[in-house]
Amino acid sequence: MSRLDACFAGLRERGECALIPFVTAGDPDMQTTAQLVPALAEAGADVIEIGVPFSDPMAEGPTIQRSSERALAGGATLRRVFEMIADLRAHVATPIVLMGYANVFLCNGEASFAEAAAAAGVDGVICVDLPPEEGESYRAALAAAGVDSILLASPTTSSERLAMLAEQTRGFLYYVSLTGVTGARSELAAGIEAPVRRAREDHGVPVCVGFGVSKPEHAARIAAFADGVVVGSALVERVAAAPSRDTAVDAAVRFVAELKEALRPR
Amino acid sequence: MKSEADARGRFGEYGGRFVPETLIAALDELCEAYPRISRQPDFRSELDGLLTHYAGRPTPLTLASRVTEDLGGGRVYLKREDLAHTGAHKINNVLGQCLLARHMGKPRVIAETGAGQHGVAAATACALFGQECVVYMGAEDVDRQALNVFRMELLGAEVRPVHSGSKTLKDATNEALRDWVTNVRDTYYCIGSVVGPHPYPTLVRDFQRVIGVEARRQILEAEGRLPDVLIACVGGGSNAIGLFHPFLEDEQVRMIGVEAAGEGLESGRHGAAVSAGEPGVLHGMRTRLLFDDDGQIFPAHSISAGLDYPGVGPEHSYLADVGRAEYASASDEEALAAFQYLSHMEGIIPALESAHAVAHLRKLAPQLGRDASIVVNLSGRGDKDAPQVRDLLKARAGESAAH
Repeated sequence: MSRLDACFAGLRERGECALIPFVTAGDPDMQTTAQLVPALAEAGADVIEIGVPFSDPMAEGPTIQRSSERALAGGATLRRVFEMIADLRAHVATPIVLMGYANVFLCNGEASFAEAAAAAGVDGVICVDLPPEEGESYRAALAAAGVDSILLASPTTSSERLAMLAEQTRGFLYYVSLTGVTGARSELAAGIEAPVRRAREDHGVPVCVGFGVSKPEHAARIAAFADGVVVGSALVERVAAAPSRDTAVDAAVRFVAELKEALRPR
Repeated sequence: MKSEADARGRFGEYGGRFVPETLIAALDELCEAYPRISRQPDFRSELDGLLTHYAGRPTPLTLASRVTEDLGGGRVYLKREDLAHTGAHKINNVLGQCLLARHMGKPRVIAETGAGQHGVAAATACALFGQECVVYMGAEDVDRQALNVFRMELLGAEVRPVHSGSKTLKDATNEALRDWVTNVRDTYYCIGSVVGPHPYPTLVRDFQRVIGVEARRQILEAEGRLPDVLIACVGGGSNAIGLFHPFLEDEQVRMIGVEAAGEGLESGRHGAAVSAGEPGVLHGMRTRLLFDDDGQIFPAHSISAGLDYPGVGPEHSYLADVGRAEYASASDEEALAAFQYLSHMEGIIPALESAHAVAHLRKLAPQLGRDASIVVNLSGRGDKDAPQVRDLLKARAGESAAH
């Protein structure tokens, strides 16, 4: 059983919904991320999603685009992200998943990526522009290395395809709540509950909902029907707005604690 | 040889559909609709009618007599896409795609543009069909090609400058994809070249094949035999694949795609994805690309905004791998010289993009026998580039006067 499987099994037993904060690695420098990750774990994150910056992030809205640009300007690379995670693993047991793009993950080969991810202590990988049809050998390489390959589903996904994605994903299924790019929205997307429930109940796979989730009340509503909530842009904005590294960590911790509070079973 | 994408949209190891999950349904819809609609007789006849009576096809194949004499090699023919409506080959593609959008019931059309040629063409077709049109254009290109921005607006399109990344064509393409992800249900993405996820590289090529189909018939009439060499510039590669594809089975015909060498391949500032790139993934396709050791895409560079792209159509990557087409490159300097050369010699001002093909012609023709024949795709006219070239030449004149 992978660390992600154990995490979601435990949460289900306790009737809890996972809180999954997202931060861009290296925004604005690797040291900030290295401080943020343990602080987020401490504040109640159940899984931590780390974005690996890419020059051409086509699924990202302005907040994460700018975050990626800052990270690249600060010298973030996949190799440095792996080094940071390997260091953090000495004192952080929280599952860590990477999110990023195929050209960064695969430019040095699928096997070498999978092995490096496993060696660093990465639990799962989400590759935004690699649907399962294009990623067979990549997914096999990750499976061989013991890393979960997490697939995405969206509101435009047909029910037949949703069944295929739920069947093939590992760790959890990432449900994109809206037809759009990442970014904080004031209102939660409508109509996501039915497909999320279908994937969970028909296929038994944990389903986490992300994109557009910006407030504790969004998280609380999603917790009623999903296994996890991903909060990205709203957190990245708070980190970016802070005047110093320490205040950035404080702001992130406060926000994650608020979200966690909203997710507590009542 | 034949060259067609397989069921997964692959040309050899290139192509495919490397897109976020949200777009899969839209691509499935397009994969189903395009072959069905494009085979309908009324679609075909309407498109053929528009190409003839609206776009001005067939475009001529002009014997460039003075260039032929001057270079002393084969007879040089120019395929005159510069004479098509809107001044470039881009109209062939947009008429096909916007008509397809209408048949698919998509009232809103989005497009990306580099030089502005595709944006102008898309705005034109949308005006013709009464479609809403939004064009994404890198902020740097908006400055370089101000006149085309005005043209698009005059045609009723909304031009949205893109300030992210390198502020050029690749970033405009990212932004168009983001719009499509958001508005996928009522929006048709009219992509400007043989790039992007399957089925776009096939679909755009099919709409551009008219260039080669006409050129093949015209050169057979003029010469009584097939040409020895075809030359076309390659950014994304739509004018080149349009010319090449109908000749693929004519094994004796050499095909040369000319990429932007910019300030030189060794400078790192160029747009030569086939010549200097390696396989990678961008904009929904696996193809040859320019990127660094960490997988970050290099901002491409070229004197011509239309060749300023770090990737290339996947079918070109494939044709290069199997050796059916050759890929050369021409520098900014060579293109600038060719721009002036063709203007002086033939009274034809080529687009800076097309000037890259002319630049290669000047190197190649003298090596060929006098009985050879060469077809150069003059993919667009250069009026749009005249202000930029004037400023460049003025700055040089100033520099040399100062020395």
